[in-house]
Amino acid sequence: MTREVNPDFTSLPLQALADAALQRARDLGAEHADLRVERVRRSDLRLRDGQLSGAGDGTDAGLAVRVVLDGTWGFCASSDLTTASAVAAAEQAVAMARVSQPLSTERVELAPEPAHSGHWVSSYAIDPFDVPVADQQGLLEDWSRRLLADGVDHVDAEVDAVKEQKLYADLGGTFTVQQRVRVQPAVTVVVSSSEGIETMRSLAPPVGRGWEYLAGTAAQGVWDWDGELAQLPALVVEKLKAPSVEPGRYDLVIDPSNLWLTIHESIGHATELDRALGYEAAYAGTSFATHDQLGTLRYGSEAMNVTGDRIVEHGLATTGWDDEGVATQSFDIVRDGRLVGYQLDRRIARLTGLERSNGCAFADSSSHVPIQRMANVSLQPAPDGPTTADLIAGVERGVYVVGDKSWSIDMQRYNFQFTGQRFYSIVDGRLAGMVKDLAYQATTTDFWGSMTRVGGPSTWVLGGAFNCGKGQPGQVAAVSHGCPSALFTGVRVLNTTAEGTS
Amino acid sequence: MNVAPAELADRALAAATGPCVVLVDVTSTANLRWAANTLTTNGLTSAYDVTVVAVHDGTRAGVVSRAGVRPDDVAGLVADAESAARLASPSQDAAPLAGGSAHDSFGEPPAAVTPSDLGHLAGELARVFDAARSVGHEHFGYAEQVSRSTYLATSTGIRLRHVQPTALVQLNGKSAGRTRSAWAGTSARSLDAVDVAALSAEVTERLGWQARRVELGAGRYDTVLPPSAVADLMVYAYESADARTAHEGRSVFGHSGGGTRVGDRLTEVPLTLRSDPDHPDLTCAATVLATSSGLLGSVFDNGLPIGASTWIDAGTLSALPGTRHSASLAGLPFHPFVDNLELTCPGSAGSTLDLVGDLDRGLLLTCVWYVREVDPHTLLLTGLTRDGVYLVEGGEVTGAVTNFRFNESPVDLLGRVEAAGASVPALGREMGDYFSRTAMPPLRVRGFNCSSVSQAS
Repeated sequence: MTREVNPDFTSLPLQALADAALQRARDLGAEHADLRVERVRRSDLRLRDGQLSGAGDGTDAGLAVRVVLDGTWGFCASSDLTTASAVAAAEQAVAMARVSQPLSTERVELAPEPAHSGHWVSSYAIDPFDVPVADQQGLLEDWSRRLLADGVDHVDAEVDAVKEQKLYADLGGTFTVQQRVRVQPAVTVVVSSSEGIETMRSLAPPVGRGWEYLAGTAAQGVWDWDGELAQLPALVVEKLKAPSVEPGRYDLVIDPSNLWLTIHESIGHATELDRALGYEAAYAGTSFATHDQLGTLRYGSEAMNVTGDRIVEHGLATTGWDDEGVATQSFDIVRDGRLVGYQLDRRIARLTGLERSNGCAFADSSSHVPIQRMANVSLQPAPDGPTTADLIAGVERGVYVVGDKSWSIDMQRYNFQFTGQRFYSIVDGRLAGMVKDLAYQATTTDFWGSMTRVGGPSTWVLGGAFNCGKGQPGQVAAVSHGCPSALFTGVRVLNTTAEGTS
Repeated sequence: MNVAPAELADRALAAATGPCVVLVDVTSTANLRWAANTLTTNGLTSAYDVTVVAVHDGTRAGVVSRAGVRPDDVAGLVADAESAARLASPSQDAAPLAGGSAHDSFGEPPAAVTPSDLGHLAGELARVFDAARSVGHEHFGYAEQVSRSTYLATSTGIRLRHVQPTALVQLNGKSAGRTRSAWAGTSARSLDAVDVAALSAEVTERLGWQARRVELGAGRYDTVLPPSAVADLMVYAYESADARTAHEGRSVFGHSGGGTRVGDRLTEVPLTLRSDPDHPDLTCAATVLATSSGLLGSVFDNGLPIGASTWIDAGTLSALPGTRHSASLAGLPFHPFVDNLELTCPGSAGSTLDLVGDLDRGLLLTCVWYVREVDPHTLLLTGLTRDGVYLVEGGEVTGAVTNFRFNESPVDLLGRVEAAGASVPALGREMGDYFSRTAMPPLRVRGFNCSSVSQAS
């Protein structure tokens, strides 16, 4: 395991940049100042039908100074990593605070946090940026060839890799250096015939791992790529030939490969306290789970237990300290179906009288200010819960939903609609072939209230996304969501073909 | 930025041992964000990055980008790109690099944004906040001024500079208790050109319309879509219209067995969807500036001119955006993606409210939100209405109704347009942060599919 922050980052004059920026901010009267130095390297590789259609390797780097001056935020960022630039950024951050003061009626104060110092590196074995480009392309070419040989008409194969290196330092004495690595591989197959055209994407979730996630095997504890690639061609043909679903109400057994996204949208975003208080009202929206309902809101059935964390191994939101220098942790959000907690940053924690943030501040680059972003929000399995097969066996008429696809939810996180990669009809406790053109639609608390059975630990999978958006200017964060399979009763199912027929 | 972008580009070309494209992007931004009549965040940023596209054997490309590159680091960046090119597989989109000449502006410095660019806006917002407080309203929103200067230099002689200023202001007003919500937004080249007071007045008027609530269930309703909502739907369609995906039959713009639908009539209404870099209100880059290859752009196409393109001509699909490679695959003329979009209908005039005036019973939307693709083959989209849905009776707004989840295809909607107004500059509520240069008419459509009620307000 690689466990050191790479010297290409630690060899930067990090201490000198921090000293220069923070001292200048202190001299100008800031009551709080923090400096981030960030370098984020991203690569992308895309093949279409086995041939290279796009590849890139980009590194974004810069420093950012954030101050609180007379109770008002000021923020400035620059891609120039010199002490002169750090000083100038501190001065401009103070200038931004001053130009903003006439608009500020709410004094910014931050919940306290002990000073921390140290290094932290995420859990991965092979740095994807150490793998020769030719080897990366070769692997995706091999995957594509295998799928085309098995009869699909088109294959899209792609992988994104990110290495994020970050210094955080503040006037409180915190000085932390971190490195995180994540990868997101995917293949999509397409078949067409006189019956139409159909697509299917792999289920492998993005993860906080390195290249071993692509090159390894199920036996090595990573993803079973050989198995998934072998199955996809037949599965997509079965989907193409499948009957269109009859709309109505069904019991749904939802696989973790689909349920993670429903958790993300209907729990993850709904329990961001900045949203619940209205700070995202103009853009991402607010939340039905308002702060006055903390401790009383019946979010779902008593089988529902949800945690937030930034510590689970291979989690995409996992880190050592957040972007306000808060040590990361795990915390309850929903316990026995009741809302008991929110995701916080230091300002929001202080606003609501809490003694400490739970470490959910994040900025996606040096160019952006940290805002409260999502922890790994996960549904806990039932300790002695059933297998997915057991869940299916208990359903008389239903659908087993696998893989995520389309998603949408309203700006208060009430009304959502999701589709999936594949859907299996359940009749009398048995899978009875695929159906297609299915979307499920519900209101959040009704949906979670209908969760009558939760799968056991053997069904739990850590899913997630690279592309969670929030804030203005827009920021993108990667986040994981673990969940078991679960049974939801009486969920409204739409036929998407009928929905689109005017 | 302490180093001249042109110098960085020239150094890179000097270090290159083969065909090469260099793009230097310099971005300067300032922004303010507010909630509940108080500032929440702000930012002033300056950043630059250098992208080198090295070409090996005419078919292999190495594309490497780095931020904050110092002059002494440029040769190393070029070497990394050339190494990547040598190791790369042949690129599908490989094509000869465009030739060209040097423009005088290439040596000019990048444009920069300063805190003072926010001064006018901050003063206007302070007045808006005061007025809102006096009537118990709250304002939420965001404004930014962005200046992006792009320098393109190629081993084939091109030296040009493009400066793209973009300003956005989005105002979201809410009544006491936040039970009513209204939105107005606009884009411009400068924040100084934005009439914040006019946006605020529009928001206040709309909040007044929501004083009367009317219960209405899900269903299909004849609906007036204002320009902002039309912008979001048309931009989604435009960005889904790449030539290759259509050619492979994988989008609504292709046949399921393969081949594009160019030449097919999409609607009997003579609507025209087009893009033009020289549009006087929507000026954008007239040259391909691509830092990566994908369905809508190719690094090999850098420097090629972008002209006006008509995507839908009087109701008939007439062109699809893409690259030289995808155009060749599809057997179509090459039409590069353009960073603006305009929908017009000949002879149509009038405003959103004029279309409302001719609606006997139906809905008036404000904007759409969280729009996502459900089915690429029909371009069925799902999303929510937001910030005001109004019941129209007898040509007048008679009250506010709930929000809805909709399931609709913008392509199918074009076939159900019953009336269009004048095309005006419009900012999509959802896509406007990323695609702000649009001019759209209000549209009145038949049977807009409100699939279910959303409790969100």
